[in-house]
Amino acid sequence: MTEPMVEAIGVHKSYAGNEVLKGVNLTVARSEVTCLIGPSGSGKSTLLRCINHLEKHNAGELRVDGELVGYELRGDKLYELNDRRICHERSQIGMVFQRFNLFQNLNVLENITVGPVNVKKVSEEQAKKFARELLERVGLEGREKNYPTQLSGGQQQRVAIARALAMEPKLMLFDEPTSALDPELVGEVLDVMKDLARSGMTMIVVTHEMGFAKEVADTVYFLDQGVIEESGDPKVVLTSPSSPRLQSFLAKVL
Amino acid sequence: MDTNGDAEVKVVPVRHVGQWFGTAFLALIVAMLIHTIFSKLPSGGRSCHKVDGKYSCHPILTWRFGWNSIFHYFTNGLVLKGLLVTLELTAIAMIIGIVLGVLVAIMRLSHNRLLSGAAWTYTWAFRGTPVLVQILMWGNIAFLYPKLAIGIPFTHIYLVHFGANSVFSLFNAAVTALGLNEGAYFSEIVRSGLIAVDEGQTEAATSLGMTRGQTLRLVVLPQAMRVIIPPTGNEVISMLKTTSLVSVVAVVDLLGAVTNIYNQTLQIMPMLIMASLWYLIVSTILSIGQFYLERYFARGALRTPPPTPIQRLRRDLRGIASKYRTKRGVQAGVTS
Repeated sequence: MTEPMVEAIGVHKSYAGNEVLKGVNLTVARSEVTCLIGPSGSGKSTLLRCINHLEKHNAGELRVDGELVGYELRGDKLYELNDRRICHERSQIGMVFQRFNLFQNLNVLENITVGPVNVKKVSEEQAKKFARELLERVGLEGREKNYPTQLSGGQQQRVAIARALAMEPKLMLFDEPTSALDPELVGEVLDVMKDLARSGMTMIVVTHEMGFAKEVADTVYFLDQGVIEESGDPKVVLTSPSSPRLQSFLAKVL
Repeated sequence: MDTNGDAEVKVVPVRHVGQWFGTAFLALIVAMLIHTIFSKLPSGGRSCHKVDGKYSCHPILTWRFGWNSIFHYFTNGLVLKGLLVTLELTAIAMIIGIVLGVLVAIMRLSHNRLLSGAAWTYTWAFRGTPVLVQILMWGNIAFLYPKLAIGIPFTHIYLVHFGANSVFSLFNAAVTALGLNEGAYFSEIVRSGLIAVDEGQTEAATSLGMTRGQTLRLVVLPQAMRVIIPPTGNEVISMLKTTSLVSVVAVVDLLGAVTNIYNQTLQIMPMLIMASLWYLIVSTILSIGQFYLERYFARGALRTPPPTPIQRLRRDLRGIASKYRTKRGVQAGVTS
């Protein structure tokens, strides 16, 4: 079990000639919290989206739980996985979005059960029972019949976290989970995430919350212009950065 | 009148003089309209009675709009049969249109070039030609393909074959034409609905491990419905009226039945008015259905759905009742 949960070696990604990731190396150990920080457009979100194959990386090796993302190595050839296999890989990785993306046509409970029931083929009753447990865990018991528009941003994001957890993922990805929230609502979402980190979930968090990174992260990666400029223990990286770029970035955000 | 500390200040609302004149003018026009609709005309004949040994004659008056014949034929068997054909045509053509439209819209958004190209071509051809021409062409399809058969392509080996006229009876030809035409329009409605759903919804569904089909069925289509339903209501009502074109291939729908009647009785306008009344009745019922359907699919999108007319009526009545109660309460307070 010493194998890392996520391992990226020289990952490249470009959109129509614009190179967003220029050879990223990253290792995320099991039960660790990793924060990705950096200015906008640095490729943080793209890296996250490559990890659950929402985007296809163009070159390099990307492994989740020891398996190549989106490909299979047989002999000396890489075979692209079919849709079914890719869906299966994704179902084991939870993702939380900046804009929550709760299903607008479903109420809170249905938002959480729709994945397990349709993807994991869990029985409706079992899924509901688990969903209620998760709602209690994120502090939203009694809100099951509400529709997303009837909730505040912070509540929506907590439901989104519960929705991802309902799939019992081995890895959770957070794409700027508090950036779209009013300042007074940020705390409630971060609390849920801290709680999740304490429970031993492997998490990769793209964030601008330096306080959260310092408190919760085991490792921080600073991305700038598609490469990792600096990484390491947040207490070291965030307090005494060695790269001038990180120094100027921290000066701006802190 | 009230001189104590919290004297009430009277509010005089603005007088809209222009509005009053406008309303009066409109009322006049409406009154004239109603008068002419229910006026009578001399029919040309005279009716004479012997009164006190002398004949007194006066012209016979008949309804200008022929209300008596409208009333007489309104539930005539032929008319009702025609109405049924109209309803059948509308329903079947809409079902064909909706099924085709959804399929074509999904094809259109497919990554497969051949599928999206085929969908585009279909929409292009069927939306770009008049529906009347299409009805005529399907009605005369037997000139192009006298025999239809299922067999091995490019050979003369057939498993089954039948005459085109037996498959494309007049009714079937009409319904095919209307359905295929509707499919082309409806696919555009569905496509706009699918595009209107936020991409984040698809991403969230994908990240849960849903397949493209599941994402479409469970997340995207239900949300697209909100955008799709209102124009669908319009399409159904529009189809109800478009079906009247089928008389060109001799299908006896509501208009056809009415035409048959006035060809014999020569009461052209009364019969056309009667047909219009029937079309109005059905489209009114359809509009009511559309309201409730829209309300159903708006759930989740609106915090509070708009009240139904019945709810609004109840609320208004409650308002009037409570006003009445407070008025009485005030009076009671004064007298005691």
